[in-house]
Amino acid sequence: MAQANAKKLTPIQREYQALAKAYEPSRPLLQNFIRAFVVGGAISVLGQGLEDMFIHYFGFTQKTAGNPTVAILILLAALATGLGVFDKLASFAGAGTAVPVTGFANSIVSTALEHKSEGYVLGVGGNMFKLAGSVLVFGVVAAFFIGIIRSLPGLGG
Amino acid sequence: MIYVWAFLVGGFICLIGQFLMDVMKLTPAHTVSTLVVAGAILGGLGWYDKITEFAGAGATVPITSFGNALVNGALMEAKTQGLVGVLTGIFEVTSAGISAAIVFGFLAAVVFKPKG
Repeated sequence: MAQANAKKLTPIQREYQALAKAYEPSRPLLQNFIRAFVVGGAISVLGQGLEDMFIHYFGFTQKTAGNPTVAILILLAALATGLGVFDKLASFAGAGTAVPVTGFANSIVSTALEHKSEGYVLGVGGNMFKLAGSVLVFGVVAAFFIGIIRSLPGLGG
Repeated sequence: MIYVWAFLVGGFICLIGQFLMDVMKLTPAHTVSTLVVAGAILGGLGWYDKITEFAGAGATVPITSFGNALVNGALMEAKTQGLVGVLTGIFEVTSAGISAAIVFGFLAAVVFKPKG
């Protein structure tokens, strides 16, 4: 993105950007990677624990246990977001909380809360999928084309 | 043993996400959308379910599984209903996650007050 804009800038603007870049704190890559890995892994282990619980105590199978597990994780993420805990964990973990399904729930609850003052219909209902919508749209469009390709006769369908 | 694999695979997918955000400079929305499409492609190739077999929640908890589940639903219905099944089946498997997110999201918005 930065390169695309660079052509439109005057020399002075370019000079300023170079200067600003020199003072920009570099992202602590290794630290971010380790945090994302550990927190993301821990959430997955929690999910595995829930899955095993549903299999052993509630009669779910390996295949069906995923649904209640995801629902519980979404509930936990919604609560944590409402209580303001999620943001603190997310600023520590980065992708570690954003990539698991918890991030999907967080984006829904946080935009819903943010727009609560505009009312339940226009604010909460209308904005809930403001961030999560992109996941749905690209997921469904990709799944549609992949589904069509795989279902056509002679293409492995 | 499945817990070790869940940790490693789940952590690794988040690591890829962090890489996309920090090194490729994608926004979180771009990162998550990319991962969902990647999951859908792996699902279409039939590889994602193989990862799920040994990594369990390490593969089902990250958002990539959402893309995989969309494709699985579409393909399952397509087998019995023909091409229309792709449309009717897309949300078949992911319904629980989406419904839970909408219901809990709405309730959380009713109960809690916005912070800061």
